[in-house]
Amino acid sequence: MIISIASGKGGTGKTTVATNLALSIDTDVQLLDCDVEEPNAHLFIHPIFEKIETITTPVPVVDEEKCNLCKKCSEICQFKAIMVIGETVLTFHELCHSCGGCMEVCPEGAITETGRELGIIERGHRNGLEFIHGRLRVGEAMSPPLIKKVRSFTRPDRLTIIDAPPGTSCPVIAAMKDVDFILLVTEPTPFGLNDLKLAVGAVNILKIPCGLVINRSDIGDENVKEYATKEDLPVLMEIPFDRQIAETYSRGEALVEVMSEWKEKFLELYHRIEEIVR
Amino acid sequence: MKELVVISGKGGTGKTSIVAAFAALAKNKVLCDADVDAADLHLIMDPKDSQHHDFQGGNRAIIDHDKCTECGLCIDLCRWDAINDHFEIDSIECEGCGVCVYFCPEEAIDFPIKTCGEWFISDTRFGPMVHARLGVAEANSGKLVTLVRQEAKNLSEEKGLDLILTDGPPGIGCPVIASIGGANAVLIVTEPTVSGEHDMDRVAQLAAHFRVPALVCVNKFDLNPDKTRDIEKYTREKNLTFLGQIPFDPIFTWAMVQGKTIVEFDSHSEGCKAVYELWGNISQILKI
Repeated sequence: MIISIASGKGGTGKTTVATNLALSIDTDVQLLDCDVEEPNAHLFIHPIFEKIETITTPVPVVDEEKCNLCKKCSEICQFKAIMVIGETVLTFHELCHSCGGCMEVCPEGAITETGRELGIIERGHRNGLEFIHGRLRVGEAMSPPLIKKVRSFTRPDRLTIIDAPPGTSCPVIAAMKDVDFILLVTEPTPFGLNDLKLAVGAVNILKIPCGLVINRSDIGDENVKEYATKEDLPVLMEIPFDRQIAETYSRGEALVEVMSEWKEKFLELYHRIEEIVR
Repeated sequence: MKELVVISGKGGTGKTSIVAAFAALAKNKVLCDADVDAADLHLIMDPKDSQHHDFQGGNRAIIDHDKCTECGLCIDLCRWDAINDHFEIDSIECEGCGVCVYFCPEEAIDFPIKTCGEWFISDTRFGPMVHARLGVAEANSGKLVTLVRQEAKNLSEEKGLDLILTDGPPGIGCPVIASIGGANAVLIVTEPTVSGEHDMDRVAQLAAHFRVPALVCVNKFDLNPDKTRDIEKYTREKNLTFLGQIPFDPIFTWAMVQGKTIVEFDSHSEGCKAVYELWGNISQILKI
């Protein structure tokens, strides 16, 4: 089973839920941190990393000797990543989406590919928990290919928990597509509700069952709960605002390891998800 | 004309509430919401009389099954695995690269421009505002951010306004890169947590990469005063400007629930006093 933890709004507690859920379940679990722009789960899991690899995406290199300046490459490119200016071909690797069109269209076979670094993937474990995350290179714009690469380590024989990035656009979709359940973490405020509605819109496009965790559930107003009732979204867990929880988080400690009563609650959350998926 | 972009790395540190408070304090400005993916500033600014525009972000391939001979070339060429065995294109996976369109021997693939969001110029009680909404599950957020910032710039020139106050997105990827290039300064709003510190470091590196001066403030600083001191020390080591700190104050949530800025809600609160001080420092630094 694959569970993706997402939110729409940032800072609602995705990582808190993902890490504590992963630490509460005793069966074989893998935690994939797919928030590759700002990966944080390792700060609470404290894994021992064993493998690190650099991930690249293909970008074109032009052999000027072979190039006859026909401009077919710049015509096919939708991203202005390759252009013929005067007697030279310029490539802009940071704009390239790696479609391979220029290489395919070149009648002289003058284009080959090299790699642009997207970032790194680190893999490790903490006791029985398998931990994998991606770290987007600072300056790199495109996170979805790195997210997909992190997800390629999914093992079907395990429970996989994905910590997704915030928002509702392509990186989030890459972290939510083809999973069994999406857990949306929200807070009961106007910003929380607005972004929750957007996230539910994305979940509906993917047609995946989902449920809510309401974090800091005693601040704000009642509108998130009213929305959940109206849309028939199950509220699977509520976490009240508690200064001790906030301070525990601030130090990089997992809630279930400091306040052990939470382990039961996260286990119950997992069982409720299991029931829905079944 | 100056532009200040408020970013954070980590989401939920208080960017939008702080931008809203600055909106109440700053004079002669255009407001710009560059968090097009999950925009929230309008919930406080209550924009009116919006001029609406479609955002056309790119093209999407569609196979005409009357012309398609199912030769399979498109499937072989597509690097996104967006075309299934029934020759249907998954619009979520399609990158809009047009390679299948170009090579289809039957010219059976259309490539229409897709409307993938909308943007607005509106009036608010604090002045004009440019904002947008990217369609759910869409790509091209960077392109929409660039457009929104350009429109804000045009508007400031047209109306003779000296400042653009931009609410940026979280993260360090495509929309953030599009938000900060060419700005006079970024304000990084962080929080005194391990993740706030970690994410601030990455977004500060991004600002340095694009040579945009970075100012740093710590929100909810009293949740972990030791971590706040670590962050302050970090800013000194990296030659960033430590702008100040804001205490944890529930008025941020109370004000939001009422659709108000904290300045309107309770200008004597501790949170608001801290924001006044931050704004004073920013005004001096940006000379506005």
